[in-house]
Amino acid sequence: MRRALFGATPTPASPPPAATRRLRSGVAGAVAAVLLLAACSAANTAQPAGSADPSLTAAPPASFAPTTIVLLAHDSFAVSKDVLAAFEARTGITVKIVTGGDAGQVVNKAVLTAGAPEGDVLFGVDNTLLSRAVSAGIFAPYEPAALSQVRPDLVALVSGSIGYAVVPVDYGDVCVNIDDRWFAAKHLAPPATLEDLTKPAYKGLLVAENPATSSTGLAFLLATVARYGESGWQGYWARLKANDVKVDDGWTQAYEGDFSDGGKNGPRPLVVSYASSPPAEIVYATDPKPTHPNSSVMLDGCFRQVEFVGVLAGTAHEQAARAFVDFMLSQPFQRDEPLSMFVDPSVVGTPLPEVFTQWAATPTASLSLPPALITANRDRWIDDWTQVIGN
Amino acid sequence: MRAVSELPEPTGGDRAGVDRRALAVTGVAVAFSGRTILDRVDVAVGPDEVLALLGPSGSGKSTLLQVIAGLLRPDAGQVSWDGRDLAAVAAHRRRFGLVFQDALLFPHLDVAGNVGYGLKVAGQDRQRVARRVSELLDLVELGGYGGRAVATLSGGEAQRVALARALAPAPRLLLLDEPFGALDRDLRDRLAVDVRALLHQLGTPAVHVTHDLAEADLVGDRVVRLSDLSRPV
Amino acid sequence: MPAWLLGLVPAVFLCVFFAWPVANILARGASTQGLSLLRRQQLWRIVEFTLVQAVASTALTLVVAMPGAYVLNRYALPGRRVLLALVTVPFVLPTVVVGLAFRAILPASWIGTIWVILIAHVFFNYAVVVRVVGGLWGQIDPRYALAARTLGASPWSAFRTVTWPLLRPAVLAATALVFLFTFTSFGVVLVLGGPDTVTLEVEIYLRTAELLDLPGAAVLAVLQLLMLGLVLTVTARLQARSAVAQRIRAPSARTLTAVATLGQRALAAGVLVTIIVLLAAPLAALVLRSVRVGDSWGLTFWRALGSVDASTTRFVAPLDSVRVSLQYAVATAAFSVVIGGLAACAVAYSGRAGRVLDAGAMLPLGTSAVTVGFGLLITFDRAPVDLRGSWIMVPLAHTLVAVPLVLRTTLPVLRSIDPRLRQVAASLGAAPVRAWATVDLPLLRRVLAVGAGFAFAVSLGEFGATVFLARTDTPTLPVQIVRLLSRPGQVPYGAAMALATLLMVVTAAAVLAAEALQGRSRVGG
Repeated sequence: MRRALFGATPTPASPPPAATRRLRSGVAGAVAAVLLLAACSAANTAQPAGSADPSLTAAPPASFAPTTIVLLAHDSFAVSKDVLAAFEARTGITVKIVTGGDAGQVVNKAVLTAGAPEGDVLFGVDNTLLSRAVSAGIFAPYEPAALSQVRPDLVALVSGSIGYAVVPVDYGDVCVNIDDRWFAAKHLAPPATLEDLTKPAYKGLLVAENPATSSTGLAFLLATVARYGESGWQGYWARLKANDVKVDDGWTQAYEGDFSDGGKNGPRPLVVSYASSPPAEIVYATDPKPTHPNSSVMLDGCFRQVEFVGVLAGTAHEQAARAFVDFMLSQPFQRDEPLSMFVDPSVVGTPLPEVFTQWAATPTASLSLPPALITANRDRWIDDWTQVIGN
Repeated sequence: MRAVSELPEPTGGDRAGVDRRALAVTGVAVAFSGRTILDRVDVAVGPDEVLALLGPSGSGKSTLLQVIAGLLRPDAGQVSWDGRDLAAVAAHRRRFGLVFQDALLFPHLDVAGNVGYGLKVAGQDRQRVARRVSELLDLVELGGYGGRAVATLSGGEAQRVALARALAPAPRLLLLDEPFGALDRDLRDRLAVDVRALLHQLGTPAVHVTHDLAEADLVGDRVVRLSDLSRPV
Repeated sequence: MPAWLLGLVPAVFLCVFFAWPVANILARGASTQGLSLLRRQQLWRIVEFTLVQAVASTALTLVVAMPGAYVLNRYALPGRRVLLALVTVPFVLPTVVVGLAFRAILPASWIGTIWVILIAHVFFNYAVVVRVVGGLWGQIDPRYALAARTLGASPWSAFRTVTWPLLRPAVLAATALVFLFTFTSFGVVLVLGGPDTVTLEVEIYLRTAELLDLPGAAVLAVLQLLMLGLVLTVTARLQARSAVAQRIRAPSARTLTAVATLGQRALAAGVLVTIIVLLAAPLAALVLRSVRVGDSWGLTFWRALGSVDASTTRFVAPLDSVRVSLQYAVATAAFSVVIGGLAACAVAYSGRAGRVLDAGAMLPLGTSAVTVGFGLLITFDRAPVDLRGSWIMVPLAHTLVAVPLVLRTTLPVLRSIDPRLRQVAASLGAAPVRAWATVDLPLLRRVLAVGAGFAFAVSLGEFGATVFLARTDTPTLPVQIVRLLSRPGQVPYGAAMALATLLMVVTAAAVLAAEALQGRSRVGG
């Protein structure tokens, strides 16, 4: 089941009022700034400072006769109603959102209906599904101008053999979440690295998800593959098993059922979840809202998940679909993402809401694997994992 | 035509001077959801007597039979046999046969299966059962009907099979709940006479319930009205 | 009217909306590469586990639920109808919700083992036995057992030799259904199980929906269909052979036994305790969770239903979800009653040909929802029959699942109607149709009301196919509940519990209404 860290934002992010005013001035300066930013951020994966250039990411002028496009998305998709309404008013495009299951299901349905797609735009392909979706040829490539504003490490995923079939819209990290209250009560220092999870001090404290049935679980498995390599990851899981790791089939069971800071206040203080779970906890707490979350994130061993959007091949409304893709890379949408979907915006310099800047952890070096490698080996890795854990 | 008796006194047995009552019902009262069905009924049946119980539909005749058979626990009163209270004796141990108004033959068994049911339940061996079944079928003039499916029987035939079924385990007492209600006049009269003869032949006492006076006369050694059986207030 | 004509409509429905789509999707996966799956030992371990848990679950459910079927359909208990409605509620709850309820009640060490899966299966399928077996049991003339007792049979012996043969068809029907449900169990296994407890259905789902390994999925789907087809044919045969035409009580009056003796009281008490512990406790846990805010009580989560995500496109007003769920449910109930009723008549009045329809109608229950869902998707995707955007896809899929229930509930009752009754009507001057209408229809109407209630409940709780096929932006109640649960934080969790409570109430109300349609019962003795 796809994560759905959605936000009910009581005060939704609003688009910058000065956007249209700044359109006419400083185009050359903006281009220079972007080139400079691109050069700086190519060297590291940390999110660079600087503001996004609105001239390249503002919504396109209205140039469409009234059209309706269908956006296919997974169940976790959300955008503030007024942000979407502004886009619709500006462009004359009505957007119908059709959700149908988690990311895997949505992509597979699109693959099955290739050529006669059910919609015009598809959002929700992630890096574990990317190769499969693209090689099935379901997308019509589109290279929006705003791509230059997107983090280069994310752009690198869609250039080359992918050929800009999709564009990256957001990213997040799957990390181990820690219940700080529990550890404080036991006077125990929480684990700091993946390897710590196998130590006897943390025996029986971790709950993870089944990679076969949960995308969160899959991400964690891929993290261990990335860290320990082909030759070592199975040994790692054997050690985890010896350390009494519990495996649930889905994120909901693990977080709400077994995590001590989750809905049911379960028995285990360590759970594989998202880096954005702690701020989400505050947003979704009962009033009065707590000043700080009870849980935090283990910064080591996080796996980077990236989500993409693409225009579906065979759509009758290609221009309108492209306009929507542009919209998703525009500031109004990007700023809205953190509290609507609890993900990080892919466009460089997008300001984050306070609850994120305060409490969302930024892993210094998230693990990742090339999408093509994931697609090629995923089944085998899951099978091997089942062998290690199963008996 | 026998006169309707005013007092529920049995006409005694064959032992002169000895007042033997086989079945004695004393003060039985039954009420359902506030409605009184039986109001302290007293009745007795002698050892070879066929007692005809008269009453209109809904007067509680069937209920009384169910109480006697042990299928229903009365709110008050006692049923005794040969002087011994039957309160502790379960229905299946009382050895009182019951013939229902609509035969109620077991649909999943054939005629022989129905008639032999009581014997099989008692654990008798197959040959014995088969012998007794054909004996009884002859008795009710349905010889050779053993293999028939119960759904193919006519009303009269079904009632006779029901009678045979009830008699097969040699009950101490036979209770008949308007067994001829669904049949036409002639058949009813004929069967009434036959049943009386049969019961006397077997020496089995019986309580025969009906709403038809003519039938009561033909069948019963003694006819009483149910309404007369209740104790005066 | 020739029986085969009655069966035409159901047969066409099944062919068009089930056989064809499934064939389509299997054809996409047709290739020998999928066969290599059969050689893997892991697959056979999955098959073995699936069989073991299905057999154990079915047996356990029968044992636990038969007394309930008896007490709730034969005894004059106060609040009997309410209890019947309550007992049906678990059937519709989304498995995620039930999983959380169980986790709240059971010790943590039980979760992930086969035992909790068995218990959960009993929880879900209790209603199936109570309604299918109970539906017939309530119609059997209680005097048969009385007659047996006057012939010297003890109560147990009377049951064994007289009641049981008359009841057997319904028991077989319920067994087939429960086995079917537990064999293809998916949600329960995912929510309460772990990597050790994998069923064939889960494997098919993963291969189809997640891995898009259609060849492998096709092989597994065929394997599953073959296994289930075998079980279904056997039970259908047994059921037909054990059918006994018997005197069904007049449809207008159902006589219930007053609970008087100690034995009766003990049995009724036992059943009540079972219902409270097994069924009511987890449900109560859900309701309590929805009003427990922190350390105190309150309606915060109920109010939150109107505000969680209120400003985003993901917001759904709870009443809208209720409306959509009810719309689908009404459509499903209507379709199912018509198609299921026709199928039941066709099967009951014909011979061997009827058995084919019987087994065919049951197959959708034995086929993975994802197989059917994907099949429907790729079949009706071109004009003139592009149904993909149509709202009717969801009720159609629900109907596929509900028709087997209607069929299994109706068939035993239809088969036990004494044909002589129709002859009596004919002899009194009624034309065949009129005779049928006089004799069979009232009975049919009652049992179809039970079936309609069931179909309604099934539709209310359906999750898998709905997620696949729904094209509106308003999700049904179960889908919305699951969505709420996929977010961290107290408020969405509490709101999900509140919505689950709402779903329970709506279901109970629907089933109570179906009960009322059956007419009054009176207490006799």
